[in-house]
Amino acid sequence: MITQGTAPALKHTAQNGAAEAIHVENLHKRFGELHVLKGVSLSARDGEVIAIIGGSGSGKSTLLRCINCLENPTSGIVRVNGEEIRMKADSHGHTVPADRRQIERIRSKLGMVFQNFNLWSHMTLIENVIEVPVHVLGVKRETAIAGAEKLLARVGLAEKRDVYPAYLSGGQQQRAAIARALAINPRVMLFDEPTSALDPELIGEVLKVIGDLAREGRTMVLVTHEMKFAREVATHVVYLYNGLVEEEGPPEQIFGAPRSERLKQFLRNVG
Amino acid sequence: MIGVGGAYGKLYGGPVVRDLLEVYTTVVRAVPELVLILLLYFAGTDLINQLLTALGHAAIDINGVVAGIGVLGVVQGAYSTEVLRGAILGIPQGQIEAARAYGMPPGLLLRRITLPAMLPFAIPGLANLWLIATKDTALLAIVGVNELTQTTRTAAGATKAYFTFFMAAGALYLVLTLVSNVVIGRIERWARRGMPSIAGAH
Ligand SMILES: Nc1ncnc2c1ncn2[C@@H]1O[C@H](COP(=O)(O)OP(=O)(O)OP(=O)(O)O)[C@@H](O)[C@H]1O
Ligand SMILES: [Mg+2]
Repeated sequence: MITQGTAPALKHTAQNGAAEAIHVENLHKRFGELHVLKGVSLSARDGEVIAIIGGSGSGKSTLLRCINCLENPTSGIVRVNGEEIRMKADSHGHTVPADRRQIERIRSKLGMVFQNFNLWSHMTLIENVIEVPVHVLGVKRETAIAGAEKLLARVGLAEKRDVYPAYLSGGQQQRAAIARALAINPRVMLFDEPTSALDPELIGEVLKVIGDLAREGRTMVLVTHEMKFAREVATHVVYLYNGLVEEEGPPEQIFGAPRSERLKQFLRNVG
Repeated sequence: MIGVGGAYGKLYGGPVVRDLLEVYTTVVRAVPELVLILLLYFAGTDLINQLLTALGHAAIDINGVVAGIGVLGVVQGAYSTEVLRGAILGIPQGQIEAARAYGMPPGLLLRRITLPAMLPFAIPGLANLWLIATKDTALLAIVGVNELTQTTRTAAGATKAYFTFFMAAGALYLVLTLVSNVVIGRIERWARRGMPSIAGAH
């Protein structure tokens, strides 16, 4: 999954042999009778930006949520940072994590950004950003605050540090949520449709922040409906259809010369 | 404390824990408090004493105040279990999910996210419970606690000035309620600090 030569000049291109940050192999997920993921494989090497596209209900969110075990995969392999998530069967026959601490350790290396921001409403922005560094990672409070101030400045929210999330626009909240994710210095950032809940005029400011992160070589897995953006920033695009990878490749191929009929149809529909 | 444990057990506990709590909250809330106080006090002390003698200790005379507080705790625990369960369900699920996604262990999540986030939804209900509890103390007179109403009656009976003493007692309850209201108002404003007021005035 390496793009070479064809990538635009600005785009960061992962080096051959870069370490694999995320490895997903033959992943299945069932919700009761519903078979949502039917054997998906995915890999993200350091510096890669993987965009996941696909129709509604194709399993994009579920795939992302299986990577940090917000959903427990039914079967398959998930490796983060070279460490394979150990699963076991519980008394009802469901697969559950074998070791809660391992999951917590892995999660604290993955910065997740949600569609609905999910900032903690009883904390100001700066408190939101330092919460995980201070209470989960054990960073000293003063150090965390200094870092958080830099991150908030970076996403253009320096002067909002003491404001509660409910008093901010969606775009501001999402930028703060990105600062919160960056504060753990994640190995990989996971984005689940970060702009889908935003008013059209606020989408740009959030995409700009994400685009900057991509260009500086942040590893990320990004579920998005913004095709133009995916084409710009992704190093690799995965098209999911009905729980399976229907087609994948560099953005030039996926958007410029799609092979699968379903992908062609999908691209026509999203415009 | 009982309420927090109860609400958590009911929401996240295994099936056995959930059923036990269901029995607890249903029974306690179904039986009139007066009956419950008598039952828990007399049966409860008897049970404790039997247990003590069985273990080879001397039986103890359980203090009415301690027993009264214990009984009120059990009753309030049942009601607050339900208040807090509702409040926890009121938290936007995404906030809990975000905490999990960032690797917060369950204890930390409860302390840092769930409890403070549910507080705004729980305070009106808990405040009611507190005010009811202050008046429930009158019921404890039965098990020999010297509380306000009982003392008033004795004093009034002795002096025959019923009206004065009951007015005074009523005034004391009222003052207690008013002071409570002020304190509760403060707490509520603090708990809702992240929420714009409904009127939009800020
Ligand atoms: N917790 C759940 N329990 C039961 N079914 C679920 C659950 N989460 C998702 N599903 C189902 O799994 C399927 C895939 O959902 P998923 O959210 O992964 O789709 P998606 O590709 O992210 O779609 P969208 O673009 O609408 O966000 C859907 O049919 C959905 O209804
Ligand atoms: Mg989705």
